[in-house]
Amino acid sequence: MSIGSVPVKFRITVDNDRCMLCERCIENCSYGVFRREGQKIIPDSRKCTACHRCIAMCPRDAIDLEEKPNDYRSHPLWTREAREAIYNQAKSGKIILSGMGNALDYPIIFDRLVLDACQVTNPSIDPLREPMELRTYIGKKPRQIEIKKTDAGDYDLNTNLAPNLKLETPVMIGHMSYGAISLNAQKALAKAVSEVGTFMGTGEGGLHKDLYPYQNNMIVQVASGRFGVDINYLERGAAIEIKIGQGAKPGIGGHLPGEKVAEDVSKTRMIPLHSDAISPAPHHDIYSIEDLAQLVRSLKEATEWKKPVFVKIAAVHNVAAIASGIARSSADAVVIDGFKGGTGAAPRVFRDHVGMPIEVAIAAVDKTLREQGIRNEVSVIASGGIRDSADVTKAVALGADAVYIGTAALIAMGCRVCGSCYRGLCPWGIATQRPELVSRLDSDEAAVNVANLINGWTLELAELMGAAGINSIESLRGNRDRLRGYMLDEGIMDVLDVKMIGA
Amino acid sequence: MCGIISVIDRSGSSMDGGAIKKALAQMNERGNGEGAGYAVYGAYPDYKEYYALHVFYDNLEESKTAVEEILEKWGHIEHSEEIPTYEQSRLKKIQTPWRYFFRPDASLISGGISGEKDAVIRIINTVNTSVEGALIFSSGKNVGIFKASGWPEEVADFYRIEDYEGYIWLGHNRYPTNTGGWWGGAHPFNLLDCSVIHNGEITSYGTNARYIESFGYKCTMLTDTEVVAYLLDLLGRKHELPADLAVKALAPPFWDEIDRMDVSKKELYTALRMAYGSALMNGPFAIVVANTDSIMGFTDRIKLRPMVAAEYGDRMYISSEEAAIRTMEPVLDSVWMPAAGEPVIGRLKR
Repeated sequence: MSIGSVPVKFRITVDNDRCMLCERCIENCSYGVFRREGQKIIPDSRKCTACHRCIAMCPRDAIDLEEKPNDYRSHPLWTREAREAIYNQAKSGKIILSGMGNALDYPIIFDRLVLDACQVTNPSIDPLREPMELRTYIGKKPRQIEIKKTDAGDYDLNTNLAPNLKLETPVMIGHMSYGAISLNAQKALAKAVSEVGTFMGTGEGGLHKDLYPYQNNMIVQVASGRFGVDINYLERGAAIEIKIGQGAKPGIGGHLPGEKVAEDVSKTRMIPLHSDAISPAPHHDIYSIEDLAQLVRSLKEATEWKKPVFVKIAAVHNVAAIASGIARSSADAVVIDGFKGGTGAAPRVFRDHVGMPIEVAIAAVDKTLREQGIRNEVSVIASGGIRDSADVTKAVALGADAVYIGTAALIAMGCRVCGSCYRGLCPWGIATQRPELVSRLDSDEAAVNVANLINGWTLELAELMGAAGINSIESLRGNRDRLRGYMLDEGIMDVLDVKMIGA
Repeated sequence: MCGIISVIDRSGSSMDGGAIKKALAQMNERGNGEGAGYAVYGAYPDYKEYYALHVFYDNLEESKTAVEEILEKWGHIEHSEEIPTYEQSRLKKIQTPWRYFFRPDASLISGGISGEKDAVIRIINTVNTSVEGALIFSSGKNVGIFKASGWPEEVADFYRIEDYEGYIWLGHNRYPTNTGGWWGGAHPFNLLDCSVIHNGEITSYGTNARYIESFGYKCTMLTDTEVVAYLLDLLGRKHELPADLAVKALAPPFWDEIDRMDVSKKELYTALRMAYGSALMNGPFAIVVANTDSIMGFTDRIKLRPMVAAEYGDRMYISSEEAAIRTMEPVLDSVWMPAAGEPVIGRLKR
């Protein structure tokens, strides 16, 4: 006990004047914070994760939460986080795990890019009165098309089109596996994407049979553990995604704790009950780019070249060159995941220090593909820290065809970003497999919330485009002239290929 | 806002520049006296086998020597002269317009006629990006661009435009916004046989420019109009799309319309939009593009700029305003307003 206990992260207080002793807090808190003693509710603040479930369910607003109630002597270098990480590791001798995205105080580039609007010299377009096109095709596009003139004098297409996904909005939901999140959560996402005409990823968790009705809007994933992969799975997906890496933890594999591998999860993933599902860091059949090209072709052969194949990589220093290699395989899209991307569990040191922001990665990839004349060979899907329609608009203007959202979709279902997904006790029924917690999430209701979110963003995107005098998403894509950097340094603006405000 | 006018005589008969000067001046409300220009096809019958390169020189020492070195390295200058100009009270010769009749050296070029054109485009890019104080702004065979900063009448008188004759004329009256009234920024913009006049502002410029540069073109003119010429050159000459289909790539039908087309047409237009999404031009515009044998006018997909077409005998007119057309021909056979995104094409009879 030389170290003793570190200060509580959160302090919960219950206002006894307001409390009516309904015990909803006790019932709702899966972390066991609350107990009743006589005529009082007593909280054990140390167990609190700030998931807000109790606060959301308290009918009398009697619960208050305070973050970091105890101060350390402040020091600019030896921050609270630095000290607590040391206490933690001095006790455990282990790698520190954490959830959600990068938590270091890096500048958020999206917030230092501003969008353009029309005044006088050209009219803005009103999406309520004029057509506004957000339809997006994801997949290989021909570099040029060839025309045949028919006897009747009409033009006929003489070029074969590769299979593409047709999106009604450039917002998709990224891969969160069954196992990491609950079946109800996946169902809600699946219903939402089917409703709004977009797609979601299954993650590396197989495809539960309850999701078969939504399979036309689902992208199945082949990751290094190959969990859940068989021909049935591949054939059900609208597209197939090979996951090489993830923005929250580039260079390492995945880890689903055995606690979350319940019976249905084990069947869907095709792994033993309650065993840890550990995906290796690399794919052991991909040690080089030509091996990737082979896997892409194998998956295409297996599905008779009917499905687009995506390749997902984490945004790392050399992302543009890697994407260019991927574009030269038979792959149809490259997914780039920035270091603000979420995760159920990642080593803190990876989450906070490896990789790069998605804004820069999009710009670098789009620029390289254009310079090499192969931009039409692949679509670019950006993910990792997309929070709102402004982020989507800026990502597209930097060169992305579409985005994946993850955390935002979970927040739409109630997630409070407490970052304790890996514990499997999510009181919102999202990142858990416990039946009593999963049943808290009504998939129909949550589907409406997720669809509302995407619809709301889509409306905002249409308004932003209209204000910029653009009525088709193609004309926003890679249109960096409609962005300006505000408080960004010249080096970053150079990489982003955007001008400074006022220029 | 800008005013545009164009005319083709489909029988190939020549018209002098007097009429178009008056028509363009009719639209002075649309300009501000900072830029005007004319294009004439059939201008140089004596040198019609040569690329007529018009150059603006800031001075006739270093810049001119550098350009001529490049031209002589890659081909042969058949004839070289200053373009005759006549200073006006408001329009002085702040740049010297020069013309060369040039033929690239076939032995240095691979790829036949298309290779020859690519070679000339490369020479133009080299001059415009690397020679200080020189700008090649006209390069077609038997084509001449005459432009400067001033009102249409002043620019016409500066060049004595009525002394030139041709079967196609374009005129542009400018109200500059994006770039100040520099001479190179005036329209028509020209690349080889293709000349463009443009009223509007392309909101998709950033996308279009990056797209076209990935095919080796260089956007050097600081104006969105040049990108139109490059896109049409790419789609028409290199990708061999028929002109009307190339226009459909730049101003395509809406997905709603495409969804209602029959299967084969739907497939064609879907492919066109998928392949050429980055070539789609957004924002308000009315554009006329001239080639050796045709003029073609089209507007943006929701027609945010005016465009009217008319016919009288073999002559076909496309303009911002009917009044301008009637200045040239008071009584017309027909006048009509083309639909948004629909190309109007006038071709020489063979």
